[in-house]
Amino acid sequence: MKIEISNLHFTYPTGVEALRGISLAIESGEQVAIVGQNGSGKTTLVKHLNGLLRPTSGEVRIGGWDTKSHSVAKLARRVGYVFQNPDEQLFSKNVGMEVAFGPRNMGLNGDQIQSLVQDALLMTELSDKTETNPYDLSATWRKMVALASVISMDTDIVIFDEPTTGQDAMNIARIANVIKTLRTRGKTVITITHDIDFCAENFTRVIALSQGKVLLDGKANEVLGQEEILAITYVEPPQLTRLGKRLGFTNTVRTQDEFLTELKRGKSEART
Amino acid sequence: MAIVNLQNVTYKYPLTSSPALRDVNLQISEGEFVAVVGPNEAGKSTLCYTLAGFVPHFFKGELTGTVEVAGIESHTSTLNEWVMNVGLAFQNPFNQISGAKYTVFEEIAFGLENIGVPRDEMIGRVEAAMKLTDISDLADRSPYSLSGGQQQRVALTSILVMQPKILVLDEPTSQMDPIGTREVFGVIRKMAEQGMTVVLVEHKVEWIAQFADRVIALKDGQVLLEGTPGEVFTSPILEESGFGISRYTSVARKAQQIGLWKKEGLPVTLDEAADGFGSSLPKGERSGISAK
Repeated sequence: MKIEISNLHFTYPTGVEALRGISLAIESGEQVAIVGQNGSGKTTLVKHLNGLLRPTSGEVRIGGWDTKSHSVAKLARRVGYVFQNPDEQLFSKNVGMEVAFGPRNMGLNGDQIQSLVQDALLMTELSDKTETNPYDLSATWRKMVALASVISMDTDIVIFDEPTTGQDAMNIARIANVIKTLRTRGKTVITITHDIDFCAENFTRVIALSQGKVLLDGKANEVLGQEEILAITYVEPPQLTRLGKRLGFTNTVRTQDEFLTELKRGKSEART
Repeated sequence: MAIVNLQNVTYKYPLTSSPALRDVNLQISEGEFVAVVGPNEAGKSTLCYTLAGFVPHFFKGELTGTVEVAGIESHTSTLNEWVMNVGLAFQNPFNQISGAKYTVFEEIAFGLENIGVPRDEMIGRVEAAMKLTDISDLADRSPYSLSGGQQQRVALTSILVMQPKILVLDEPTSQMDPIGTREVFGVIRKMAEQGMTVVLVEHKVEWIAQFADRVIALKDGQVLLEGTPGEVFTSPILEESGFGISRYTSVARKAQQIGLWKKEGLPVTLDEAADGFGSSLPKGERSGISAK
């Protein structure tokens, strides 16, 4: 399901001009990270994808649907959105009901709901917590409930707004696994993140926003290597990218494997 | 002289069966910058609340052992005595913002108003604090109209302006952009150098390694490891116990196994990693690696 954004402008009622002419297309099944300074318009942008916000001018199309002429409820069948703060979206008595809420609202039958819920719980490692009240869980697991409650809607597009904020290493690995599973299923995953190392390890395309505009957009290695331009929007390249640069690698590296490959290459070529 | 002194501290929240802190012993000197790391539910926030007097005065529950902070002892004091000494920034800035003020400027002045600081002095202190954290341009905005990272800067500033002896920060940069995070770490470091004692809960290993004096690793309510950032973050125990470590350490560990990291000890910071890998690479012009 293709996302097409053309010349999108958005001004909040307070007069803050949050988006100033954004045009981009995201193809079905792409894994996209959105990075950029606080207040650069990341959340405002993704809220346009499920109709929570409507363009002041310009256009947003989701699989051909203009978000201006489709309700949020309708768009929710195509775009799932996991909020930054799980407490803003959880309200049910127990985890099972929370995760079933979305598919139930889509009018699916009992068996279909059941299978979507089981699948989402399994993916988020929550299967043993179905009877628990979300608010009796730690912030870590509440985050996973928020993820599960959106995954269970089985939308073609899934958006995560800062999924790793305040999470420990183990839960970040869990979230990375969820994203990987969605990727293998051909879902489009769009993630806002400040965790640039997480971004480097899990996404193939990176969009950097700055002051409501697209500053950089391209393959992860191309974007994440541009230290000077990224600095404009207060983003630094990933740790291993910076290290590679310091060591004089010709190729930009993002992951441990890429780093070690370049390191070996440098050594063997120097030896011959 | 230890300004923070915890001895055999065990604490249980009301209506819970297992303690959130278990037999914690901790001494922190004046002006020291201590980072606290650990997996979720290790007791990091509870430790913050304990240092700020919220445990037990606000949360109640069962506290045993001795908690002495800036000369005040937990069992024999009231919360009012604590707030003059200890400033706490909550994990979620939304919980910190008063809801009683229309602008960021007023929000930051709120604490000073409450302790009766004269108007002129108050304005000067608010302006200086906002300059320090680089939020002067947000002065007239509503605290609720800000992005998460901006709110965190406001929350931090509203604590700094009180000039507490001890600054306790619970993940103060979790929603900040990367360079903003580094800047805030710089501000915190500066505070410590000016004599403020800092206790910081964070997951961002790279910046802790660069800025903090000492690291305390908590797990299951207990102190698992304690030492300099270099000692703690390169300990194999840490990775096995589900702690985050820097990519520099993990990639060097892998390189070590295939003979590409020859230095003794593992790196934690970019400088250490560049140094170690650089010295194992041969000098001179070579293809694959461009000459500097």
